[in-house]
Amino acid sequence: MPRSALTGTRIRERRTLLGLKQAELARAVEISPSYLNLIEHNRRRIAGKLLGEIARELHVEVAQLTRGAEAELLDQLGQAAADLPQAGAELERSDEFVGRFPGWAALVQAQHRRMQELQDRIEGLSDRLSHDPRLSSAMHEVLSKATAIRSAASILVETEDIDEAWRRRFHRNLHGDSLALAESAQALTSFLDSEDEARTEAGTPWEELELFLESQRFHFPALEEGGQPGAVLEEATELTPPAQDLARHYLERYRREAAMMPLDHVVAALEAGLPDPARLAAETGLPVATVLRRLASAPQLPGQDPVGLVFCDGTGQVAMRKPTSGFLVPRTGHACPLWPVYEALASPGRPVARRLAHSSTAGMPVQAYAVAEPRWPFGSDGPCLSEAWMVLLPQQEDPKASVLPVGSACRVCVLADCPARQEPSVMASGL
Amino acid sequence: MGRHVLLIEDEPNITEAMRFILARDGWTVSSHADGATAVNAVSRAKPDVVVLDVMLPGRSGYDILRDLRANPDTEGLPVMMLTARGQVRDRERAESFGVSHFMTKPFSNREVLDTLNSLLGP
Repeated sequence: MPRSALTGTRIRERRTLLGLKQAELARAVEISPSYLNLIEHNRRRIAGKLLGEIARELHVEVAQLTRGAEAELLDQLGQAAADLPQAGAELERSDEFVGRFPGWAALVQAQHRRMQELQDRIEGLSDRLSHDPRLSSAMHEVLSKATAIRSAASILVETEDIDEAWRRRFHRNLHGDSLALAESAQALTSFLDSEDEARTEAGTPWEELELFLESQRFHFPALEEGGQPGAVLEEATELTPPAQDLARHYLERYRREAAMMPLDHVVAALEAGLPDPARLAAETGLPVATVLRRLASAPQLPGQDPVGLVFCDGTGQVAMRKPTSGFLVPRTGHACPLWPVYEALASPGRPVARRLAHSSTAGMPVQAYAVAEPRWPFGSDGPCLSEAWMVLLPQQEDPKASVLPVGSACRVCVLADCPARQEPSVMASGL
Repeated sequence: MGRHVLLIEDEPNITEAMRFILARDGWTVSSHADGATAVNAVSRAKPDVVVLDVMLPGRSGYDILRDLRANPDTEGLPVMMLTARGQVRDRERAESFGVSHFMTKPFSNREVLDTLNSLLGP
């Protein structure tokens, strides 16, 4: 059906405005009411003499009935169809679609625009990662030093009859390269940190919440002393309404749990060394997840790294994170399948403890504790919805303690031959 | 004199480690660290195979490779490129210039030996 089919909608609007009945207009232009009905619902095309007569009866110019703002809409629908030809959109009936379902058509148009915006954003970020000279230079430096270290280390390990002069030389090279690698890694970390600091535009309500919590270092003295979340939220004018809802829920739970496990108890546990959340839960009679959240809400203690926190929904998406030293957490999507938070999701209610070494940071080991909380919002005959929490406590190196090597996410992980790998890595194979 | 490899690499400790393992495998090894004069270095050294880093001071490995392929004396010379970048388009770019093999850092010593030996054949 041609674009002029939209004219039917305009005819009907104009007729209604004038208070004319369909039968009256049909009689005036000498067509049947049923035929006019088909025209007005864009089921029959109209042009020429009949269109002129209807325009005259409606006291408008023909052009007013045939042109419209829908031209842009039709163009955009055409582009949307062209971008996804395999969908098989009926292009020849787009006029009818717009005329009969203007709301749905506007939705398709808006979604197409949004897809284009997101595509542009992805390309921009991809270009940045590919071409940013600082990032490129830092990555090149890190990988070159890693290559030199790997080659020298292999020679020392695999060459049994290496003479003393060469051995000393490679040891010296290893030492120099390891220092240079540390510097390069720091430069890279600084670059990525500055990128993170530059993050001012939160894309989702969860990201807004995370930025808000980060700005307060996940600690709210007013709530520790029995204050109300409303007073805290009044200051958070930057949050959109959906993020306000998330923040209210988070802060209300914070207030309840602060009353159940006061801050001095949390601080005492952290000062005593490595607090086992399951043991603390048993001592206090609180759920393990409450203890985890309370540990992460404590202010950073002198001489200690901040307690990290990861929150994961039942699908495995990392929705919120509190950073800590030596442990990179991906900004979006799923994280490393070896993280205890996933093990916890598989066994709701059972605490999981693992000592981790993050492959991307070559930092100190991190003690992780995780637990998943099951919920039955549909009742006992409905599905169980779980969400999992994991705290991260940076530790001193202990050569005797075994650690589990993990990464951030498979796509950017350098661990070679990892049995948990779910997709290829864009990084080179393991160091 | 055994098989001759020219290493064009500006990271001295990588060069030294490769020199060590290749020499123990029977290769004659020479090296060059400057991109701007690398093509002349190849012409002078007349190696059997070249190991060429992509990011070099003075000139990129891609430009050097293109010049080698444009010269009748070196158009068929086996060239293995080393790069810290492993993206598909980097590999495609190297292949479009006629690279014989493309290896991303960090690599293992065994990979280097096996690849160079395979490039020259039995």
